[in-house]
Amino acid sequence: MHDKLALSDDILLQIEKPERYIGHEYNSVVKDPETVGIRFAMCFPDVYEIGMSHLGIQILYHLLNSMPDVWCERVYSPWPDLDRIMRKEQIPLFALESQDPIRDFDFLGITIQYEMCYTNILQILDLARIPLLAAQRGEDCPIVIGGGPCTYNPEPLADFFDIFYIGEGETRYGQLLELYRECKAQGLGRLEFLRRTAREVPGMYVPRFYEAAYGQDGVLQSFGPIEEGIPARVRKELVTDLKDAVYPDKPVVPFIKVTQDRVVLEIQRGCIRGCRFCQAGQLYRPVRERDVETLKQYAVQLLHNTGQEEISLSSLSSSDYSALAELVDFLMETCAGQHTNISLPSLRIDAFYLDVMSKIQDVKKSSLTFAPEAGSQRLRNVINKGLTEEMILNGATLAFQGGWNRVKLYFMLGLPTETPEDIRGIGELANRIAAAFYETVPKENRKNGRVQIVVSTAFFVPKPFTPFQWAAQCVPEEFLHRAYLTRTAISEQLNQKSIKYNWHEADVSVMEGVLARGDRRLGKVIQKVYEKGGIFDAWGEYYDDSRWREALAECGLSADFYTHRERPLDELLPWDFIDCGVTKEFLKREWERAQRAEPSANCKVKCEGCGAAGFGCGICVIPGRKSS
Amino acid sequence: MNKIRIKFQKYGPIRYIGHLDVMRFFQKAIRRAGIDVSYTSGFSPHQIMSFASPLGVGMESRGEYMDIQVNSLPAPREGKSVCDVLVEDLRRVCVEGLEPVSARILPDTAKNAMASVAAASYTVRFREGREPGGFCALPEAGRQDKIRAFTGQERIPFVRETKKGAREIDLRPGIFSLVWKDRAFEMLLDASSAGNRKPGHVAAAFFDFLGEPLGENALWITREDLFARGEDGIMGELISLGEMGSADPETEVLHEP
Ligand code: SF4
Ligand code: SF4
Repeated sequence: MHDKLALSDDILLQIEKPERYIGHEYNSVVKDPETVGIRFAMCFPDVYEIGMSHLGIQILYHLLNSMPDVWCERVYSPWPDLDRIMRKEQIPLFALESQDPIRDFDFLGITIQYEMCYTNILQILDLARIPLLAAQRGEDCPIVIGGGPCTYNPEPLADFFDIFYIGEGETRYGQLLELYRECKAQGLGRLEFLRRTAREVPGMYVPRFYEAAYGQDGVLQSFGPIEEGIPARVRKELVTDLKDAVYPDKPVVPFIKVTQDRVVLEIQRGCIRGCRFCQAGQLYRPVRERDVETLKQYAVQLLHNTGQEEISLSSLSSSDYSALAELVDFLMETCAGQHTNISLPSLRIDAFYLDVMSKIQDVKKSSLTFAPEAGSQRLRNVINKGLTEEMILNGATLAFQGGWNRVKLYFMLGLPTETPEDIRGIGELANRIAAAFYETVPKENRKNGRVQIVVSTAFFVPKPFTPFQWAAQCVPEEFLHRAYLTRTAISEQLNQKSIKYNWHEADVSVMEGVLARGDRRLGKVIQKVYEKGGIFDAWGEYYDDSRWREALAECGLSADFYTHRERPLDELLPWDFIDCGVTKEFLKREWERAQRAEPSANCKVKCEGCGAAGFGCGICVIPGRKSS
Repeated sequence: MNKIRIKFQKYGPIRYIGHLDVMRFFQKAIRRAGIDVSYTSGFSPHQIMSFASPLGVGMESRGEYMDIQVNSLPAPREGKSVCDVLVEDLRRVCVEGLEPVSARILPDTAKNAMASVAAASYTVRFREGREPGGFCALPEAGRQDKIRAFTGQERIPFVRETKKGAREIDLRPGIFSLVWKDRAFEMLLDASSAGNRKPGHVAAAFFDFLGEPLGENALWITREDLFARGEDGIMGELISLGEMGSADPETEVLHEP
């Protein structure tokens, strides 16, 4: 056993949850550093409990460690208590498995899942003693490579990364690492490796070989490669056949309770639905299902290899998985008598769901979740959310008959074309659900006397590669006004006593919007915020809006430019050079239809010709489907 | 149904895994090992499992215990006893530093590990560079004299900081033995739920008695074993929790400890 710990006993005894930093979890991979050529540190830039819950990291960890010449280890953001100590005592950031400094690794991979973790990326680099700016890194620094959904607009982070890997990690790491070996063997330096990566490995964006220019009005005027041979467009990588794709059959089992304290079974990638606000729905097209027989085997193996007491199905919209009933039946049979729980998030609430849930869960303790996202049918047509009031009321009524009495409703405020009328619809819908409860459940059967409805609203943040990428976002005052209207609308309802209302912070939603649709100039802003002490911005208690406002002002930039402006359709967007499969023409068509409140069909009903068929896989190639 | 007592060790970096997480670890390990553990009934069943006295974060132990209840025992194989098979199966799915070492089958009437603990033995060393100079510089006989003088007191008051404020306790009745050997203290202390005494407190009181300050985190504490009282009540002989019950139900007659 290697007993080495990067942190002393004095430190480990004074910080919160030392278990975050000591490694040694079951199924974590330890190799002899003498026998591997490439040391890879895989980072999720947030606290251990969040990072450990991420399936993508487990997949890449498994994939990279299956290569005999590579040792992939994990690293997460040190919590502020340890962050302070590491700075004070000058302790370099280390990987969990070997406890060795990250600075000595060949690669530092960072998954970028949400915008508000950007300052944590700088924290990681800084604590690792890697220069923040890619341009200042020497031959002895690890290659810093980013992946994940935020890399579909990598521009605000362009200064800090050597490479962005656009798309799914399974496809190109083998080739990339082979090229790295080759360059090393030939004694080629960092720059040459990066150049050849940009030229030769599909899906790799190396920002230093591109240049952006802006007009007087601040709008991006040109963007492109500055060298011969560097591709002008970078196309997303994806796994065309999930059947033979690797799956982490021995995921790391943490000691401490993490957010996803269970086995996660990914049943499909992508989503057929194309809700117009949703980035994931576009980025991961086309939807690709995993084979149900293979999934059954995985389920058994994963439970056996981890000893977890719960298994959860994972996908963007599990109800659309074609063999769902078969898989759920299998799980119920397998788990029966094994004291294993099944959890089924992102499922549509209908008779099937309620039947399954009543068998696997304590009805009285669970609540129903609906995400209508908008309060009126008109606005739901605008956003192409195919959930109707009738479906919600039918689902809820069935559930009330089955004994459920708690409902959670999720909405967005500030959607394009939203009016006070739509907002009132939120209160009215909640009220009708409450009324359905009182009509359905006779007085003597009512637990606690009444139904509990919790309405939550998030503020809409337009994202790249969605039909709303051109839309204006509200300013914070407008967001708060709409939250106020929502609260008023709820308080005017007959059943208002049964309805509770929560809303999100407005400031942080605006800053998320700035970063989501930002350009390269924001790198300086992120760095300034970090230098002012900003880390863990995704955690409400650490987010400080004034730091961001000041940094923007110091850089001569404004939040409104990035968020509050409706972009003309012919504007060059910072992420236009990325080809995610979905075409700009399709997005424009969808944006126009949205303004006419016209819904579009989902991929199962009809192909809307989004462009992802070019990948030649998944739902697009299922024979006999209609196309437009 | 059988009650099984499993002895395990905790050492190395694993000393930072908290008590509840050790429990969670073994719940999963038992499932990985395919041990036919019993569950409680009800809507959220959990494994029937009980741990002897929790170990503080940062401490190592050579003698930790958990009792579990199983519906059936594994089949003996390769000439190994049922208990050895069970330990081997479990060890294969554990991590280094959190390792089962032996198991015993307990009579059905046995009290669970938690309830039977009466005493614990510890080795208390000094971390490198944090040895209290005065005490360590004494000749061996002088050190023994100091310890005798300390334990010879009628009362050993110690002020314990708790969430509810400071509270004075008397350590003396809880110190069953205290010796200095091979540059370490060996302590046998009361570990019953009512009279539990901590090795760190005893060491702190001793250096207080000597008037010599003890640096922060100066102590390196290893729990060696846990003991129960024999059947003749309060004053009965101490028996290691790991020696109760039987290692092989086929050849030995189960007897009450
Ligand atoms: S159902 Fe809609 S919101 Fe959900 S993942 Fe699919 S497109 Fe996105
Ligand atoms: S090409 Fe058609 S079927 Fe394929 S993802 Fe796009 S809309 Fe769906």
